[in-house]
Amino acid sequence: MSSNQELLAQYRQMQVIRRLEEEAARAYVQGKIGGFLHLYIGQEAIAVGCEAALRKTDFVITTYRDHGFAFVRGTSARAIMAELFGKDTGCARGLGGSMHMFDGPNRFLGGHGIVGGHCALASGVGFRSKYLGTDDVCVCFFGEGATNIGGFHEALSLAGLWKLPVVFVCENNLYSMGTPLERTMPARDLTDKAPGYGMARDRFQGQDVLEVTKRLGAAVERARSGGGPTLIEIITYRFRGHSMSDPGKYRTSEEVEEHKRTGDPCQIARDHLIKLGVAEAELASVDASVEAEVADAVRFADESAPATVDSMHRFVHADPTLVEGGA
Amino acid sequence: MREITYRDALKEAMAEEMRRDPAVFVMGEEVGYYQGAYKVTRGLLEEFGPGRVVDTPIAEAGFAGVGVGAAMTGLRPVIEFMTWNFSLVAFDQIVNNAAKMYQMSAGQFRVPIVFRGPNASARQVGAQHSHAVEPFYTNVPGLAVAYPSTPRDAKGLLKTAIRSDDPVVFLEGETLYNVKGEVPDAAEDETIPFGKARIARTGKDVTVVTWGRPYGTVMELAETMAKEGIELEVVDPRTLRPLDHRTIVESVKKTNRCVVVHEHWAHGGPGAEIVDRVQREAFDHLDAPVLRATNLDVPMPYAAHLEQSVIVGADRIRAAISAVLYHS
Repeated sequence: MSSNQELLAQYRQMQVIRRLEEEAARAYVQGKIGGFLHLYIGQEAIAVGCEAALRKTDFVITTYRDHGFAFVRGTSARAIMAELFGKDTGCARGLGGSMHMFDGPNRFLGGHGIVGGHCALASGVGFRSKYLGTDDVCVCFFGEGATNIGGFHEALSLAGLWKLPVVFVCENNLYSMGTPLERTMPARDLTDKAPGYGMARDRFQGQDVLEVTKRLGAAVERARSGGGPTLIEIITYRFRGHSMSDPGKYRTSEEVEEHKRTGDPCQIARDHLIKLGVAEAELASVDASVEAEVADAVRFADESAPATVDSMHRFVHADPTLVEGGA
Repeated sequence: MREITYRDALKEAMAEEMRRDPAVFVMGEEVGYYQGAYKVTRGLLEEFGPGRVVDTPIAEAGFAGVGVGAAMTGLRPVIEFMTWNFSLVAFDQIVNNAAKMYQMSAGQFRVPIVFRGPNASARQVGAQHSHAVEPFYTNVPGLAVAYPSTPRDAKGLLKTAIRSDDPVVFLEGETLYNVKGEVPDAAEDETIPFGKARIARTGKDVTVVTWGRPYGTVMELAETMAKEGIELEVVDPRTLRPLDHRTIVESVKKTNRCVVVHEHWAHGGPGAEIVDRVQREAFDHLDAPVLRATNLDVPMPYAAHLEQSVIVGADRIRAAISAVLYHS
């Protein structure tokens, strides 16, 4: 694939994520999606750029802001939207929901709801690579809000100690829910923590998918070749609230608009493509195919059968003899 | 049959399973070079090497999570907590990750992991090292909770735990490690299924359900009381989740009286769960309310005489038995 085509494919992935999230927001308002809904809008270049740096045999694990990661790993737009709608055809059969998407065959280890709680799982996946003698890498995403909790520190401590093939990536979207980083952390550069754990570090802006691919790729290759873990801080911005219930009063609309104007990852990729000579007509045709895919996903989710009582019970224990007798 | 200690029975179970399956490894604080804080892992490092007998820093949340991640991707970790007291800083990993992963992922990620270590009271180790944690973990769907009271059960249940595709909380009695008992040798490869209680002693007068440290006290008391003409039927659940309430209920239908004896605090927990089962399923057979003899409802004090007053002993157990028999 030429680099133009690669970038076009990445642009398309970002657009699908963007449009899926917008449709999810709409469905949420319509009452078709419940609970918490954390949108990835504004951060799409990170998931897409990461996937471009990985092999299919590598692993990815992330937080509750996970729809985009499921998609880039290979989960269909249909299965993502159906999961949000609580349907049996969802990527976790409607048992996980927005925060807990999983894709076993595509090595997507989930969507996790406890801040910092999943970081040690990534170290465990890295331990497995070392134990089995494979060169599979695990990339672990989390927000800057996770970097003050113990789970994060213990995970990095063990990964550094054992030189595990894990890349720890902080998506610093500047606000931990409604609290800016300067009110929660004394360090301005959170990769200052990396040397204490004996690991490499990197820090960069995450709105340009090409930059993300290049910089993450270097860390992934270091992990794969036995160079141990890396702590990366990617500075980004979420265009929507922390979740759908966030009124966003901790930042001004001017600030949000400025980020949208200068740092929209979809627009940046589009500008690259135009500079590379890709015709507007070709981009329009990609956009149209995205619309069709997303509309199809929403229709599929709407029409799918609801999550079942059977799966709710069936997956409590892998071993059915362990099921309690019931009340 | 040969006799070995509860400690060595656990060690044999791990060693045999590690020989059988290269995916099984042991991880925890001091499990390797130090040979185990309670010497349960003695000799494993020499046989299996540091790649499979993995010493960790003091970071329970970290290495419990490492175990869960490794289990999700195909390994079979045995995670040792130096004591179950320390599992409380890893509670999130056990409850939110190990227990829920299989269902949250709709069966895409299994977590075949064993968390094991000593539980409940020891000897004057104070409030933070004497915790009986079974009420916390038995409350959680997705976990199995085993609690062997004899060397034979320790070995057979641990082998089953390691072979299980689900997360298992494996509670060992801290005061039971030196207890000796008959255990089949490796050639027999005995596994003991979860959810099957063992009738440790048959009797017609009172059913006593117990596990862990008080098990020995109850068995001795049963000998004494037999001489007085009172025949206790002692039921050891062996696993508290799943709980074999059928065996317990069948025993109560025969004796018509029941006392539950355990170390965990009396508010809720498997002790209360057993009482609930018995009153619901054997109501018409009961000749007395179901009573419990438990540790006192206080954090464990240090002073020896106070500690002895807190830990459930023969006096309180006998008093409960006398009460359900309406003997004054």
